[in-house]
Amino acid sequence: MVVKLIKTKNKLQDFGKKIVNDIKHKKNPIITLPVRSLSNVGFDKQTKTLMLKDKIANRYFFNVAHAKKFLQTIEIASISKNLLDEDKHASLRDVFYMAKRTIPNTHINIVDDQTESDAVIEDLELIANSSREQLHINANKMGSVAGKVIIKDRNDTINWARMGSGGWSIPSNVEDIKFVNMNAKYIIYMEKAAVWERLHEDKFWEKQNCIIMSSQGQTTRGIRRLLQRLHFEFKIPIYVLTDFDPWGFYIYSVLKFGSISLAHISEKMAIPGVRFLGITADDIHNYDLKKHLIKFKDTDISRLQQISKYEWFEKNKAWQRQFKMMKELKAKAEIQALSARGISFISEKYLPEKIKKQDFID
Amino acid sequence: MPDKKEDIIANELAKKQKEISISEFFEKNKHLLGFDNPKKALLTTIKEAVDNSLDACQDMKVLPEIIVEIEFLGNDRFKVSIEDNGPGIIKQQIPNIFAKLLYGSKFHAMRQQRGQQGIGISAAVLYSQLTTGKPAKIISRISPRRPAHYYELNIDTRKNEPDIIKDEEIQWNKDSGIKIELELEAQYQKGKRSIDEYLKQTAIVNPHLHLIYINPEKEKIEYPRVTNELPKEPKEIKPHPYGIELGILIRMLKSTSARTLQAFLIQDFSRISPKTAKEIIEKANLQPNIKPHSLSRQEAEHIMNTIKQTKIMAPPTDCLSPIGQDSILKGLKKEINADFYASVTRSPSVYRGMPFQVEVGIAYGGNIPSDELVEVLRFANRVPLLYEQSACAITKSIINTAWRNYGLQQSRSALPQGCAIILIHICSVWVPYTSESKEAIASYPEIVKEIKLALQECGRKLATHLRHTVKAHEQKEKINLFENYIPEVANALHNLSGESKNLIIENLNKTLKKSLPHLEKNGGKID
Repeated sequence: MVVKLIKTKNKLQDFGKKIVNDIKHKKNPIITLPVRSLSNVGFDKQTKTLMLKDKIANRYFFNVAHAKKFLQTIEIASISKNLLDEDKHASLRDVFYMAKRTIPNTHINIVDDQTESDAVIEDLELIANSSREQLHINANKMGSVAGKVIIKDRNDTINWARMGSGGWSIPSNVEDIKFVNMNAKYIIYMEKAAVWERLHEDKFWEKQNCIIMSSQGQTTRGIRRLLQRLHFEFKIPIYVLTDFDPWGFYIYSVLKFGSISLAHISEKMAIPGVRFLGITADDIHNYDLKKHLIKFKDTDISRLQQISKYEWFEKNKAWQRQFKMMKELKAKAEIQALSARGISFISEKYLPEKIKKQDFID
Repeated sequence: MPDKKEDIIANELAKKQKEISISEFFEKNKHLLGFDNPKKALLTTIKEAVDNSLDACQDMKVLPEIIVEIEFLGNDRFKVSIEDNGPGIIKQQIPNIFAKLLYGSKFHAMRQQRGQQGIGISAAVLYSQLTTGKPAKIISRISPRRPAHYYELNIDTRKNEPDIIKDEEIQWNKDSGIKIELELEAQYQKGKRSIDEYLKQTAIVNPHLHLIYINPEKEKIEYPRVTNELPKEPKEIKPHPYGIELGILIRMLKSTSARTLQAFLIQDFSRISPKTAKEIIEKANLQPNIKPHSLSRQEAEHIMNTIKQTKIMAPPTDCLSPIGQDSILKGLKKEINADFYASVTRSPSVYRGMPFQVEVGIAYGGNIPSDELVEVLRFANRVPLLYEQSACAITKSIINTAWRNYGLQQSRSALPQGCAIILIHICSVWVPYTSESKEAIASYPEIVKEIKLALQECGRKLATHLRHTVKAHEQKEKINLFENYIPEVANALHNLSGESKNLIIENLNKTLKKSLPHLEKNGGKID
């Protein structure tokens, strides 16, 4: 633990020294880092995850277009170093406020918006070759889990089967969690917290001997890491349940292949073994959900277009079939649309049936 | 008897019916001619004389040299003299030109000229006579081989005839030209709509003019000539049938030298071919070989109506003499200190059978105040229009142009705001003024449209310029930001690396200083 901390600190120090060296030689100070955009992300066929390609971006100080970003980068590196010095953790929001101030004699803030500091933190992961957690910066915890699992976290023993109505809330750093007992047969990860609550109330995990896990919207790093650890350490299958829309499909895509903006840490995040349970275009027909569709907006159509052209979906016939059917329907459906068939239809009929038939898309 | 009663009334009325004297008419209508107040009277007097001089020089193809002098005599009285190097006026015509109202060469000519009615200078003579009782003093010489003539003239206001007080040959140190001297009651003021402003604007649109002006404070102001190129000689054209009114047609029918109606139409109008003439006459149910002056009023009206229904080619446009894009730029640069100049000369166009052409110039930045509405310089046939700005088609066209698209601020239904001066020139064989004092142009849709197109074209040039300067300015500001960034960068780097903060600041400042010229030249970056 302490060794790891010093290692990260040294990396930040090296980063600073390299720039000071440029300055001493009267050179234009430069920060080099890989480009983090779709143009520099490729699908690695061997690991079946998204990987960064070798396009490099140069961030100069003496360039009016780069100067502010340059300043932001070393400012946040310095904040991270202070956190490591004091062995304290800060949230993304904390870091934003630690960096946000007006530069004297100007009307310019070092950062104006948390999205700016968040992006620089991701850059810093690449520069210092350390994860955000190693830089002592945490995301907000989000998401719940329930199931027949017992873990140990900071010397507390926690039983995921006895966490009341809210379940155990997943922290942003799950590296140091130890699994004491794990008896579940599979994990269902769902996009919607409301659906998780439905399954929890119906004691779905108890009846099916599984783990139910959710966040709200895009999956956080903590959850992705927790899923990955469970999957690799116990060879437990993971089924993904999302809305029937392009954004739901992308949630699955991120879990399975990694995300574009975090392609540099795919190996710590991506789970190539996850499978998509629903809602599929076939479910719309088989479970008679056509009456509960929501019409597509222009943004939905363009997002679908984008996703269907991603390298990792392009040659996948099963997925292209889904995209095509969605395009024909010109409509989307939420998981909760299943409630139209009865409030517990999802836990009593839909999920058991799909799992029994192993009706998944890979 | 009822008859008798009416007789009495008619007789009574007849006693009151008499010829109206020209001076009475002038007294009541002086606002129509531009003499509504003492300040404007001074301007109009000088303006009429200068306009005539410029027209005359243009006719003789000489580069004009005009001397204007105003002398204050006390008690609201001024003596003004205007002297040119034009062709002069032959002896016999001098009294009529200067001392008979509505006498001149321009009214009947379809040609682009500054004056067009033959009323201006004689009205100034009359005004001078009415306010001071002094005669107009005129010197004219037409050639170095001929003597110069000196006249003192009054107007016989009862008969509208010249009253010659003095007529003699004198020595004059000019080869040819005119000098007119008038004494009048007036008021001299500087600023907007002043004589100073009029002369300055005249110099802008006549870059070939050398003008010397001695103001009542005895200061000599000289406007040098910036081009030796004379304006293109405007050709005289015959009226186009679309622009003709019934009264004019009847007058033309009476005075034509043509023997047949067909010949009249072909000879006395532009763009009427024998074929078109035949078509008009047939449609009007008339004989082609009847005598023009035997046509009745009704028949003339028939012709008017058929002309409107007949397709006739647009009039020729070589009768116009625009200032030209380059000369507008030269004129603006000479008199206005700005950062940016642009100009546009549109192709000729036609309203009601009259050819006309629109030109626009814009000066931006420099010494022009930025917190006021833009200054508008209006010109018609190279004559500055100083009064009645809000009634003018030019002003309306500027207001109706969306200046925000071109980088100027603008409130609804108002002139744009900012450090700009907009110059607009309209030339035509017949400029449609809203009144005889020639101060505002009537809003014919074709004219408004052309002005707007010219403004937009010029506006686009301005917008491009502004985009470039704004960008350059922003970049310069960003380069200045490096200085403020350096302490922040040094602070963070000191914390990261443990190196001395001062050392980092010092070195960064040195690098900045060294590469500043490069940064400014190279879009704010070092390669």
